[in-house]
Formats: sequence, structure tokens, C-alpha cells
Amino acid sequence: MKIGLDIGSTTIKSIVIDKANKIIYSSYERHFSQITAKTVEILNTIKNKFKNQKFSIAISGSAGMGMAESCDIDFVQEVYAEKVAAEKNIPNSDVIIELGGEDAKIIFLGQTMEARMNGTCAGGTGAFIDQMATLLDIKTEQMNDLAAQHDKIYTIASRCGVFAKSDIQPLLNQGAKKSDIAISIFYAVVNQTIGGLAQGRPVEGNVVYLGGPLTFMPVLRECFDKTIGTKGVCPENSLYYVALGAAYCAKKETVIEEAIDRLSKYISISEWAKLPPLFENEYEYNKFKTRHSKADVKYASLSDYNKNTFIGIDAGSTTIKAVVTGENGEILHSVYMSNSGNPVPVIHNFITELYKLKPDIKIKASCVTGYGEDIIKNAFHIDSGLVETAAHFTAAKYFMPDVEFIIDIGGQDMKCFKIKNGVIDNIYLNEACSSGCGSFLQTFANTLGYDVEEFSKMGLYAKNAVDLGSRCTVFMNSSVKQAQKDGASTGDISAGLSTSIVKNAIYKVIRPSSVDELGKNIVVQGGTFINDAVLRAFEKEMGVNVIRPVIAGLMGAYGCALYAKTLNIEKSSILNAYELKNFSHSVKSVNCGLCSNNCRLTVNSFGDGSKYIGGNRCERPVTKNTSVGELNIYKFKQDYIKSLTPTNKGIKIGIPLGLNMYEMAIFWYRFFIELGFDVVISPLSDRDIFLKGQATIPSDTVCFPAKLVHGHIKYLIENDDIKYIFYPCMSFNFDEHLGDNNYNCPVVAYYPEIIAANMKIKEGVTLINDYVGVHRKKDFSKKLHTILSKYFNNIKLGAVKTASEKAFEAHDEYMKAIREKGIDIVKKAEKLDKKIIVLAGRPYHADPEINHGIDTLLESMDTAVISEDALSGFVEKFRVNVLNQWTYHARLYAAAKYISDKSNMELVQLVSFGCGLDAITTDEVRSIIEKAGKIYTQIKIDEITNLGTVKVRLRSLLTALKQQEEKLNG
Amino acid sequence: MADLKREKSGRIVFTKEMKKEYTILVPDMLPIHFNIMKNIFTNAGYKIELLDNSGESVKQLGLKYMHNDICYPALLVAGQFLDALKSGKYDVNKTALMIMQTGGGCRASNYIHLLRKALLKAGYENVPIISFNLSGLERNSGFKLTLPIIRRMLAGVIYGDLIMLLSNQTRPYEVKKGDSDRLIKKWIAELSKQFTASKGYSFSQMKENFEKVIKSFSEIKLKKEIKTKVGVVGEIYVKYAKFANNSLEKFLADENCEVMVPGLMGFLMFKVDARVQDFLIYGGSKIKFTLAKALLRYLEKIEKAFMEAIDKSRFTQLSSYNDTKPLVDNIIGLGNRMGEGWFLPAEMIELVKHGYDNIVCTQPFGCLPTHICGKGMVHKIKSMYPHANIVPVDYDTGATRVNQENRIKLMLSVAKEKLLV
Repeated sequence: MKIGLDIGSTTIKSIVIDKANKIIYSSYERHFSQITAKTVEILNTIKNKFKNQKFSIAISGSAGMGMAESCDIDFVQEVYAEKVAAEKNIPNSDVIIELGGEDAKIIFLGQTMEARMNGTCAGGTGAFIDQMATLLDIKTEQMNDLAAQHDKIYTIASRCGVFAKSDIQPLLNQGAKKSDIAISIFYAVVNQTIGGLAQGRPVEGNVVYLGGPLTFMPVLRECFDKTIGTKGVCPENSLYYVALGAAYCAKKETVIEEAIDRLSKYISISEWAKLPPLFENEYEYNKFKTRHSKADVKYASLSDYNKNTFIGIDAGSTTIKAVVTGENGEILHSVYMSNSGNPVPVIHNFITELYKLKPDIKIKASCVTGYGEDIIKNAFHIDSGLVETAAHFTAAKYFMPDVEFIIDIGGQDMKCFKIKNGVIDNIYLNEACSSGCGSFLQTFANTLGYDVEEFSKMGLYAKNAVDLGSRCTVFMNSSVKQAQKDGASTGDISAGLSTSIVKNAIYKVIRPSSVDELGKNIVVQGGTFINDAVLRAFEKEMGVNVIRPVIAGLMGAYGCALYAKTLNIEKSSILNAYELKNFSHSVKSVNCGLCSNNCRLTVNSFGDGSKYIGGNRCERPVTKNTSVGELNIYKFKQDYIKSLTPTNKGIKIGIPLGLNMYEMAIFWYRFFIELGFDVVISPLSDRDIFLKGQATIPSDTVCFPAKLVHGHIKYLIENDDIKYIFYPCMSFNFDEHLGDNNYNCPVVAYYPEIIAANMKIKEGVTLINDYVGVHRKKDFSKKLHTILSKYFNNIKLGAVKTASEKAFEAHDEYMKAIREKGIDIVKKAEKLDKKIIVLAGRPYHADPEINHGIDTLLESMDTAVISEDALSGFVEKFRVNVLNQWTYHARLYAAAKYISDKSNMELVQLVSFGCGLDAITTDEVRSIIEKAGKIYTQIKIDEITNLGTVKVRLRSLLTALKQQEEKLNG
Repeated sequence: MADLKREKSGRIVFTKEMKKEYTILVPDMLPIHFNIMKNIFTNAGYKIELLDNSGESVKQLGLKYMHNDICYPALLVAGQFLDALKSGKYDVNKTALMIMQTGGGCRASNYIHLLRKALLKAGYENVPIISFNLSGLERNSGFKLTLPIIRRMLAGVIYGDLIMLLSNQTRPYEVKKGDSDRLIKKWIAELSKQFTASKGYSFSQMKENFEKVIKSFSEIKLKKEIKTKVGVVGEIYVKYAKFANNSLEKFLADENCEVMVPGLMGFLMFKVDARVQDFLIYGGSKIKFTLAKALLRYLEKIEKAFMEAIDKSRFTQLSSYNDTKPLVDNIIGLGNRMGEGWFLPAEMIELVKHGYDNIVCTQPFGCLPTHICGKGMVHKIKSMYPHANIVPVDYDTGATRVNQENRIKLMLSVAKEKLLV
């Protein structure tokens, strides 16, 4: 008999087969990280069931790797095991798709077997679905049924779990239906799997679905079927294929008792990086607790209070906080509760209860902040909304008037700000990658069966706390799994997680060079800081004592209440008891259709006829205002590209509108038109274009703008009239004399090679991806003539020379047009007394699918938008502290320098996730901006479509600027 | 004590006085090569110390002081330097750091600037950093790559390549464990002695040494065993440095593999050739072109001697640099020159052609050039060489070893199956 064990990240599967390879026993159990003990238990069960038998045993699954080897048991790599099992049982299968707790795999069988597992960054498929279920406040098992009832599908980022969560969180707060979100999550999983793993090899033929999520969730299988365009099968025993394959591969005959004996004695010898304990002893902890209990507010009894009251609400990502204060800031009532995936009923309950507690309450004013600000404000007629940063600052200032630094860690976001002269001087907000740390702690605690408080307490005295570094929660999750395997205790992990959250805040968000930079008076707040372990980890890591208000978790709400008092309203418009009773809420999702963004809108209707629309990137669906684009250079750039239409004369050459082509297309368009060709430029990107090409992307960690190129090529291939696609490699860019060299970034320079190597270019279509150099105008026409002569007959050198001249002219004209448009916008904005925002990035950030409409968002916030290339031409070369060797990046430094002495201009830098070069440019741009005494704002964008966090960031900036100005003007 | 001299930019120049007093720290990327190099510089009057500090705390230091999205190699090297400076082993007022600056379109040319920022943050702004480059990027009066040093270094590179190649083919089969490593030690000492005596780097002496080295390795007694042959390629630092790749070679050895890691000379030639190719593709300065071409010729000559010597032995070697070029026809252009460029897929193909068709392609997580020339070329290579069995592996502070090893094991399972057929 043969035994196969599949030890996965959360479960152990076992299979016993007889001599005829027939399955005679199987089991499927969760191991709760007790891997060795569980394995021993399973083997004992098998031993007792099949007495006096001879066995060969093989272990598979990454969690069993070290153990199998030390215990002298055969180890079979899990994908390989799966392949063996599939070949035996489903001989005609072509592709296997398997989703597990941690890994996603695609195996291509047939002539050339290829197996792919997700890269580290896209880990945790099953774990991701679990996490999302927690977010939706449902059981994982309910996900499938919920998804089956959907009407609409939202676009959710598919790069990884953290990014997807950033899209889902705001959707929940906009009132999107859980069923629609559930199906959207499934599609995110599908897109992540196909986009990350197909890598150019078509998923076709007989598809087999294996693993837990695909076995238990038929709707998820349907999503795969629809995307691939096939009907896959989920075979009998689909959970056991790895175990089965391991059993087939088991060779060495073993006495089962001996194997069990070896396993029982096995203690993982792996070591992990350890941190010193948070507290050495109870005495130390008590001292710490006493110190922090001092920072408290005044309280008063609600029922005895007959003066005016103020309500502050903080509708956060995972929790909802509300505070009722009296005239002197005393807290009369407060609540702190989970938002259960929908803030509306929670707030409804809160206000209803409040009226019950104090029927004659005098509410003077109310204010709301947080993710749910807009929906709550509209639903309950709250008087005012406030951006989170302002709310937190107001509260902290009340506590400590001379506060110098505030750090707020909530469930999803981290917000830190430096205060100078009583106003916000600098804002540091986390980007997508370090988001969700706080709620991760909670979800993780829950999966182990603890609540978060209990869980974090377990880490206070941990002697061998696991050092989990400061990577995102996906990495944390897999590091924790590894630590569990290595035998770390729950306490060790708890302490490690608390420290890791703090490290994320310090090293990824604030990045101070020393404690001094934060000043002496530091206030920490936010729900996550309620945890003593997190607080202690922060103090230890920074080597400084901080103030944590006792109401740390309520600070946003408290700030709102304090702010409400300053509103000078006679009586709050908040719904009264009668209105609350008749309150109703319905949700509909529609497509906007007012512009090419075509946002998916969530329309919330409330009983009294008021409405709230979410999901929009601009105010158009709300105000129906159509005069957009006038003070927006991005619109101008898009129109410029759109004006390059085909002439319908001559051989058609297709140009993909991707990466540097946002600028170079203008050059090449003129070049080829002059040569008598026709030019078809692919359109501005949209979601469909992205999906078209996603199966051919070889590197899942490359930037989103690069990924989009695949769709543009596909678009051109689909046009039967196009016989040539022109997308040249360019190591160098134009020399604009701003830097030490004029390179393109490696991805921009060589992406055409990726297209040639990974995309099937249709028969009869030629991809021209030769190396060309616009930096050497002198040699350009001769080199181009040689290249073109390879593809076309009768290309005359003279003609190429003329065309080149015209092309260089066209480029100069374009750059000039941008500068002039820039000046024009600046002048108009100055007349209207509007702030001018330099939305600085690269040429391709003009694409609406890449910038997600941040330009229009800024416009709707009453600012004018220009780009870095509108200003860089006015700047002389100057010294920066890095090697300034990329043309596009030199423009960033120049634009930053340009605005240094302009009081009406601010810079917001757009950074695409995965852009390695921006790890260099952001720090340098920041230092130029900060040297000028300005606030630096960075927005990291990827496939994430929801602008929730971006809004917070921009509003924070604008609010801080306004406060600074008010201070200045007395 | 040597005075600190700063350039207008604020950069501290490594002066002649410093040369006498300072210890220069260099992270060890390739033990054999770097130990030979170390002795060359010692003979030229420098105090060199190779850093092999590693471990989680070193990584954490890198994370603490560098931008977290910067390349893994940069993080590690910064971590090693800071760890060394903090260790108390060195007088920080008499210590300098040395780092390679390649000068190309990739982020690597900026490491030195980022390192300076990190030192400033950590309070070591007075520690000079020497840029090791051949493109005249930053100059230091106290550190000069003179012709005698360059000649010895080039000889050092080829000796390093030779010893690495031979020992990789003997170590897995040794009857007496440790034979190969003993020879490595012996040869590093012997060659250094020759350099000190101004010997060992002329063509005739190189040829003579090649034969002696080869002879000594061919005398190691070997077992007859069939092992899985695995090639290791990738981004230069993670490919070579065991700190970066979690001791990949040891892991493969434990998995019963024979490992082939292409040498450093090819990469060097590729970098020189990039200048030649740029001229051919885009046009440019004829003088620079001629100089680069001449240097390339010189390297070709060294390479040729090396290859002829191995040809006479029973050892396997890969193709000459020039023979790798046709391998990438229709795969990638010779203009692809940032990072490892076209040479990386060329190395994969030559490994496949020389029987090392199981390949680990090591890449730092998010490395820009290898998106293209590493991972990005695997699909194409496999379609042309269906038996190529390539696994790209990402290395990063957050990537767990289990995950990496699991992926490599998958590649090995396929390899072992092929071995049975």
C-alpha cells in the first residue's frame, strides 16, 4: 500500500492506495499549524485501520518539505505530484489550474510540460478569499452562494490581495451590494491567476480545476470558464490530487511505526530572526500602563446633560466610531464597533439608540469623517464632512496644544503628520502596499480563534518574537506561515506582527532619519494603537516615549465633534427620531457614461428622496457639470493624441499607445505620414484593452503601464488592415540637457522585446521592434533607412531624411504646445485665484486607465492641473544628489525646482507601482520640494481603480495648505 | 590623520593620505575572484577588507536606511556596510567603502548615491565611498586603477572563472571531500604570490598557469555518479552572492546537482561590447568605439587562451563570448544592454546547449532589466528549446526561502524525470 500526504499551508490531505492504485482511504483536515502532531495523528489512524500492512510513504506540499527530509520520508514537489496524478486519472487534460491556501498554480501538460506558481508578491489565494469574507462579515462558505446572486461586476485590482482590498474597502463604504462584491472578488482571483501565470501560453483545451477554493466554489469555476472561454472539469477527488500524486510516487518501503516514531521525535530545527521581548516583566508593563493612563479626557453623564451637544462620527474602513460631546469637549457618550461591511445600518442603530438614551437631546451640530463620510453624510443629513487628517489633527491638538507629530494607525490606513507653528507642515500617508496592516492583525487573530485584544496581549512577554520585517501583509502572511512551521508560538507571532505594523509605519511611511525629526511631543492614535503591544513596539523601535490618549481609537470621531462645535450652526440637520424610523436605503449600480472613464457608479437612494452616488472619479454624475478639461493639461495631452487620426492612404502602420509612445507616437506619426504610410494609433486605454492582453504578460511584478502595452498590441493585431506594427526599442531618449545622461528606463527602453518574445503576432503581420536612437539626430535618418529597407522596398534615403526632419519638428512642436498650454493654464488659474497642481509623472501618466482620472478629480477640487513637462523646459540644468541619467526623470527634478519659489503651485507626484526608478526619484523630488518649505505628496497608482485613498491624500494637502494660508493671513 | 576633502557636490574624495591610513571595505560577491582581487590591491598599497557579514539583522539595517523599493542587492550591500561600521571592528574615521558603479540605464548606477544618503541618515557622512568604475564616473586622487592593476585584475577575473568552473565540476563527485576547496585555497595563494612578484598576468604565464590549474583539478579523484546538471544565471549580484540567493549553490549541491555558473569574464566583455554595439546601432564617437573595440580584442585574447587550455582537458566549458551572439538571433537584440541585457538569455541558451538544460534564473524582486531579459525571455527560449527547464526565482527581503526552494524543487522534479527517460 502507498500513502500520500499533502501538507499545505492550512490543511493536510491524506490518501491511501492499494496495489491496483485504487483509493482505499482519504482524509482532509485543518492542521492549525500543528503540522507534525497532525501528521503523526493521521498516520496513526491509517496504521490502525490497515493493520499489518507494508507501506511506502511520500509527503508533498511546501509545509512538509523540511520535515519529510529530516524524517527520511520521500518528498514529492506538489506541482509535480499533481501532474503525475492528472496524467494517470485524466489522461487527455491539457491544463490544470489549482488554487490553494497560499499558492496558485497553472500546469500545462502535453508536449512541453510547463508548471507555473505565483511569484511571492501574488501569494495567498485561498487566504485572500478568507480575508475578503471577513471583510464582508460572512463565512467563507457563504461566498459562493452570495456571488451567485450578483447583478453587476466591479473592477477590482488583481495584482495582489492587498491591492484588491484597497478597491473593495471603499466599495463597501459606497454601499455596493455584497453579492456584487463577492463576484468581483472571484473575478479578481481569476484575473490574478491568468494574468500572473499564463505568461503567453494560451490556456485552452481540456482544463482541470483542483484545490480547495475551486472544489468548494462552483461559481468561481464558472468565472474561470467564462474568462478562458471553455468548460473545465473539477474531477472526483479534486482536493486530493497532490496527495494522490505523492502516493503514486512513493517508492521506499517503510515500516510505518518507525516513520511515526521519527516524526514524533522531529522538532523543527529551523531558526527564525528574533526580536527582544516587548516587556521583560509585569512590573515594566504596569509602569508603562500607568504612564499611558494619564492622557485622558473629561467625561460627563449624558442623561444629566442638558446643554448643547455635538456629534462626531468616524466611519472607518473596518470600524465605526462615534462620540457625543458637550460644550466643553467632555465626552457624554461614545461607541466603537465593527462596520460589518456596511456602515449605514450601524450608524442608524447608533443614532436610534442615542435618541432612546436621551430623548430630549439637543444636537447643535454634527460632523463625519472616514471612508464612509459621503454616504453617511447624505444618508443621515450630517451637517459637515471633514477629511481624516484634519479630524485627527483637531483631536490631537485639543489633547496636546503643542503637538509636533501625530501618528494614526487605523485598520486600513496610516496617517502621519508633522505640525509646525500649529498647522500641518507635512503629511505622510501609507500607499497601497503598506495598507491594511491594522485590520490584518484583527483578521489574523480571528483565524486563530482569538479576538484582537486577547491576541495582542499574548505577545507582551514573548521571548522569541518573530521578526517579520516591514513588507506588505501578503508577505507577512507567508512569513507567519513559515514561522509557524518553524515552531514559533502564537505569542511570538503576535509580538512579531505588532512590531511589523510599527516598522511599516516608521520605515515605509514616515522614514525619518532620526527621532529628532519627529520632535518631542508625539501623539499616537487610531484603533490599532489601542493595542499595548503595538504602542510598546513603537516606543521601542523609535526609542522615545509618546502620548497615547486613552480614547486613541475615538480620536477621529472626537476631532469631528470638536470641529462641529466651530461650525456655528443653530440646529443640526441630522435626522430626528421620526425620520429615522422611516429611514430606508436601496442601492443600484449603473454605468456613468458621461465620459470615456465610464465609471461604475453605485447609486444609493434613501427613503426621504436624498441620494448618494459613489464610485465616480469626478463630480460630473453628481452636478452634471460638463465644463471640465479647461484647466487640465492632461485633457489637452489626450486630445492631442486623439487628433492623430489615420489618413486612409498608403500601407497601414500600427503604433501601440503604450509607455513612451505617449510622446513618441507624435514623432512617429509624422515620420510615417511623411513617408507616405498611413498610421493607426491604438486608442487611450480602458479596462477592456488591459484584459485583452493580460494573458501574455510574462512578469507579474512589472509596472501597470507596461502591462497595458500587451492589450494595445492585441488591439492592433485585431485590425485586419494593419500589416505592420511599429514599436521600436530605445535605450536612449531625447537629450533635453537637464541631466548627466539621457536614458530611458530599462522597461520603457526594451519592452518591445517582451512583446516580440511573448505575444503571438498574427500571420501576415510584422512587428518592427528594431533599436533606434533619437538622441543622435545626425545619424538618425541613415540608421532608420537601413532598418526600414529590411521591411519595405524602395525606401529612399532622401525621403527618410525629409521625414526625419519633419518628425523632429513635430516633436518640438508638441513639447512647445505643452509648455504654452501650461503657461495658459497658469495664467487663467491665477486670474481665478486657483491653486495650480503640477501632477508630475511620465508621459504615459496621461492615460486615463493609468492615472485613473486623478487629473479630473483634482479639477473637481477646484485646482488647475499641469504636468512636469510643461515646466521642465524653463529650467536650467542644476545639480541633484543622484545620478540624473533618465530623460523623463530629469523633468521631474526640474519641475520640482521650478515651483520652489511659486506660492500658488504645488507638486503631486504620480508613481506607478513597481517603478524601480521612482524609488530614486521620489526621495530626490521630495527633498527639493521640502527644501522649498512645501508639502510633498506622492500618489502610488496601479490597477487599483478606487480613488478613495487618493481623495484623502489630496484633500489633506489642500486642507493643510488652506490652514497654512489662514495662519499666514492671521 | 588625513583631512576630509569635499567636492562642490559635497562628496568626500578618497585622497592619497587616506590610501595610507584607511581600510577599504568591499562586500564579497564572489569569494574566489574577490580574494584574488583583494591581494592585488593589497600589493598596490591598499588595505582591503572583504565583507561577508550576513543574516537577518544585516537585511533589516538595509531596510532601515534605504528606500524599501530599491533593488535587493543595493539593500543588502548597504546593510553589510552599515553593519560593519556599527560593529566597532573598524575605526569609522579611518574606513572607506568601495562599490561598483556600472554606469548604464539601470538603477545600479545610482547605488553609490543612495548609499551616500543612507550613510548620512545613519550618521556616517564622513565615510568616503569609492566608486569602482571604468567609465570615469567619479574620480578619487587616492584610488587609481593603473594599468598594472587593471592587467592583474583581468588576469584575476579569468583565473577566478577557471577555478570556479573546474571546482564546480569536481566538488560534487569528490571521493575525498574537501579536495576541491583545498585546491582553491592553494591557487588563490599561489597566484597572489605570482602577482606580487609581477608575474602571472602575461599571456605566456597565464597559459602556463591555466594548464597547471587544470592539471591539479584533473588529479582530484572522482566518483562515477549521475547528477542533475543545473545552470545558474541571473542578475549578477544575486546570481553569485550566497547572502543574496540564500546559498543557492549549496542547496543545489544538497539536492544532488552539479552546478554550472557562467564566469565573470563574459559579463565584462558584454559590458565593454555594449559601447561597441551602441556605436554600430546609433552612431557616435569613433574614438570611443575604437578604444572599446581594442579593449574587447584584448579580452578576447585572454578568453581564447583560457578556452584552448580547457579544450585540452576533460572539463566542460561554455561558448566563447562571440559565439553566444548568434544564439539570441530572433530572440533579443544586441542593443539590449542595460543590466545583464541580451547576454542573460544568451547564457541560458548556451547552458541548454551544453547539457545544463535545467536552469535557475535568479532575479532581485522588481529588478527592471531582468523583467525583460530574464523572466521575459523564458517563454521564447522554451518555445525554441522545448527541453529547456527554466525556473525564474525572485529574491527579496520578504521572499521566504521555503517558497524559493519549493519552486526550484519543482524544476528539479522535472529534471529528474528527464534523467530517467
